[in-house]
Amino acid sequence: MAASDQPRRGSGPEPGSSRGARAAFSVERGDGRLLLGGDLGLPVAARLWRDLHTLSRAAPPPRLDLDLGGVAAVDGAAMALLVELRAELATRGIECEIVGASRRLEPLVHLYGGHAPPRLRATPARTGWLERLGRATVDAGRGLELAVAFVGAIVAALGGVLRRPASGNWRAVPSLAERAGIDGVPIVLLLDFLVGFVMGYQSADQLALYGAHAFVADVVGISVVRELSPLMTAIVVSGRSGAAFAAEIGTMRVSEEIDALRTMGFCPVRYLVLPRVAALALVGPVLTLLGDIVGVAGGALVGVIKLDIGPTAYLAELRTAIFPADVATGLVKGAAFGVAIALIGCHHGFATTGGAAGVGRRTTATVVTCLFTIVVLDTLFTVFFRMLGL
Amino acid sequence: MSTPCVLTVEDLSVGWRGEPPLVEHACFEVKRGEVFGLLGGSGSGKSTLLRCLVGLEEPLAGRLDVLGAGPPRLDATRPRYGVMFQAGALFGSLTVGQNVALPIQRWTDLPRAAVATVVRSKLRLVGLEDAEHKLPAALSGGMRKRAAIARALSLEPDLLFLDEPSSGLDPVTSAELDVLIVTLQRALGLTVVLVTHELGSIFDIVDRCALLDRQARCVVAIGTPRALAASADGRVSGFFRRASGGA
Ligand SMILES: Nc1ncnc2c1ncn2[C@@H]1O[C@H](COP(=O)(O)OP(=O)(O)OP(=O)(O)O)[C@@H](O)[C@H]1O
Ligand SMILES: [Mg+2]
Repeated sequence: MAASDQPRRGSGPEPGSSRGARAAFSVERGDGRLLLGGDLGLPVAARLWRDLHTLSRAAPPPRLDLDLGGVAAVDGAAMALLVELRAELATRGIECEIVGASRRLEPLVHLYGGHAPPRLRATPARTGWLERLGRATVDAGRGLELAVAFVGAIVAALGGVLRRPASGNWRAVPSLAERAGIDGVPIVLLLDFLVGFVMGYQSADQLALYGAHAFVADVVGISVVRELSPLMTAIVVSGRSGAAFAAEIGTMRVSEEIDALRTMGFCPVRYLVLPRVAALALVGPVLTLLGDIVGVAGGALVGVIKLDIGPTAYLAELRTAIFPADVATGLVKGAAFGVAIALIGCHHGFATTGGAAGVGRRTTATVVTCLFTIVVLDTLFTVFFRMLGL
Repeated sequence: MSTPCVLTVEDLSVGWRGEPPLVEHACFEVKRGEVFGLLGGSGSGKSTLLRCLVGLEEPLAGRLDVLGAGPPRLDATRPRYGVMFQAGALFGSLTVGQNVALPIQRWTDLPRAAVATVVRSKLRLVGLEDAEHKLPAALSGGMRKRAAIARALSLEPDLLFLDEPSSGLDPVTSAELDVLIVTLQRALGLTVVLVTHELGSIFDIVDRCALLDRQARCVVAIGTPRALAASADGRVSGFFRRASGGA
């Protein structure tokens, strides 16, 4: 750093910067003051700020004025920086006034508060870990409170609908189910087919070691029908419908459409949530069943091309391995996952605050929560079904 | 026509959780058939107070009576007031016609064709017959406000709450909207609670008004616009000076 007790110039265009005729400015250290000159503006603001700091760093108390005597023009950005410098100097106990402003510059000085005593900004206190922990706890508590209130509202709405079934918004269910279900069929089919195929491929070699080729049908069949098809389907539905529900309802929330619904005498939960839950409760098992079929087909393809098991033999083996109870547990899971996804998506939609950014945050949160919930639910279901001997 | 007052506000305080109250101890009455203005600068809590009046927010304290039925309740019964939100709050996925039809379908068993007739009559009232099948996104700002008014009128309310119908509109459109509001109010015998800080609307269509003040956190004056404009209270005259564009 250059010695700063001798007068020093901050200068116009720096050597090496070939931007051509840049507006020149200057900062010089005078007696108890910084003399500014030239054009102070946004294009040179970065260098101005650096020069001001360099020159003022070693300035002794009690005083360092900013002299605008030589300044031809200032813009808002530069003025804001000068005013900020005053505040910084004030925290170091150095008094600083903006002096020598020409008549033309005077209004801008006033506009930015350069004439008033510098406003000391309280530096935001660093939050310690304890405080952060406390805040996080409070936030989590509030989240839990919201979720509990949401569950309460669902139960109340469900009660109302059970008492008067006609009061439900059932007309919305078919179109919601169509959007969540039919439009999701291709991706579910593709995924489940590939999963069945990969399962078959991986297990084929292992089983071949024991000469148990034919059991590929059992392994793939059971895993697809009981576990993989419900899981893969739920993952697809989370990403498509769960996120869509959160975004739709969240947008309605931030644009006051939910409030409008309420003032027109609608119960938003009954009107918006129950149809969505019903739609996914239908769509979940249906997509899961389709997934079962293509998943098993994927396994059969491996049997045919890799293990030389004919389709008929494969099917015969399958019939000895898979019982209706296996399929049923998968479908129950599918329905439960559907309900969970709809509830999570709608809950996040209703909890949305803070405009478009809030909608985005809630949509992301929906997918994450859904995936987590699905895996946990799946574990619980699997253990539960096994305990029941299903 | 039993109560002359359709809205009674007693000692009402409103605000948001975890923040200092915005308005405290507000007392005023809205008489049947008048246009009552809620005035105040930006952020003075007009919209928040309105949300309390229509039952979307719980007041922090105080009593509220809407249409002689006690505090507003948003369930179970057909709402007897209509609300227009500051940004319109039209349902983006429904056409203008469907927006207006929705509350009618909710509260009546009218067959589809009859609902359509009612809807068209409402849209004619606000001059939007041609926009029945358009989505809100395809409307201009002024059309959106008129569609929102049509929807607020759909359940034949006695009382209409309008949050800044003229915000974001040019002076001509905003004056047209004022005319529309007064016409509807006279013809339908409505009582209107109007949030605004538009001087034109205040003097042209507001019968009486209450002025909120952000610093004072209360209603600083109640009366006719002329009386308020002539007030010696600095907070009141200050509002009128700022609203008229003075320094
Ligand atoms: N949902 C909310 N949660 C928390 N605070 C809010 C919320 N909505 C508004 N506020 C706060 O309440 C205060 C008053 O807002 P309000 O919308 O009532 O003002 P207003 O008088 O209607 O203003 P304008 O004329 O600009 O519409 C503002 O400071 C705002 O930050
Ligand atoms: Mg407002």
